[in-house]
Amino acid sequence: MTVNDVIKSLGLSVFGGEKGLSREVTGGYVSDLLSDVMGNASEGDVWATLQTHKNVMAVASLKEVAAVILVKGLKPDEDMLEQSNEEDVPVLGTEMETFELAGRLYGLIKK
Amino acid sequence: MKFKYEIEGGNFSKAGNASSAVKKILKQLNVPPATIKKLVVALYEGEVNVVAHAWNGCIYVDIDPDRIFVTIEDEGPGIPDIGQAMQEGYSTASQAVREMGFGAGMGLPNMKKNADLLNIKSEVGKGTTVEITTLLK
Repeated sequence: MTVNDVIKSLGLSVFGGEKGLSREVTGGYVSDLLSDVMGNASEGDVWATLQTHKNVMAVASLKEVAAVILVKGLKPDEDMLEQSNEEDVPVLGTEMETFELAGRLYGLIKK
Repeated sequence: MKFKYEIEGGNFSKAGNASSAVKKILKQLNVPPATIKKLVVALYEGEVNVVAHAWNGCIYVDIDPDRIFVTIEDEGPGIPDIGQAMQEGYSTASQAVREMGFGAGMGLPNMKKNADLLNIKSEVGKGTTVEITTLLK
């Protein structure tokens, strides 16, 4: 499954990092603590968070997550978006709250 | 092979740049991906600690066939009680830093988990030196 497939299945919006939309998705991680993501997320995860600042992209890129999903209609800060485009790590968005998004992601990825 | 990167205290917009540069070099040197992943976690935590707590710092990376030896040296307030700082959940980060999702007291424990050897020396009012060794053999 690619990031594109996840976008289509869950009706996500794309803020940036379009060049990474063909990245392979192998799992998911949900956290708003950057050190938690640093320590526990895996390469190929989609990462759901409510954090919208640039440091999210530094962590996303170092961990090689497939994409970042912002929940509850949140939008990335300008410098977060810039780095998403520089690193080709997609930043996606949804109106869903984290609980619902995580449930639907789990159903999709663990099928 | 030796490399040096500078870290600016307080500048969160650059946090992670040094770790990212080291990661690129390790990839070019064909260091095994699993080793790079572990070291990058420890490095990033060390870099963020300098940004969040110190005035300025440097990362020195020394690579030989047997091991990667990283020194993160800062000029800063130092750590009065290293044992306490190593405890999961203990943090002295400001409220603003916590709201960004940092300062959960997971940084040093993350470093310990991902380094083969970790050595911390600190002098209050002067600074902290963290040494991370990752074995390649």
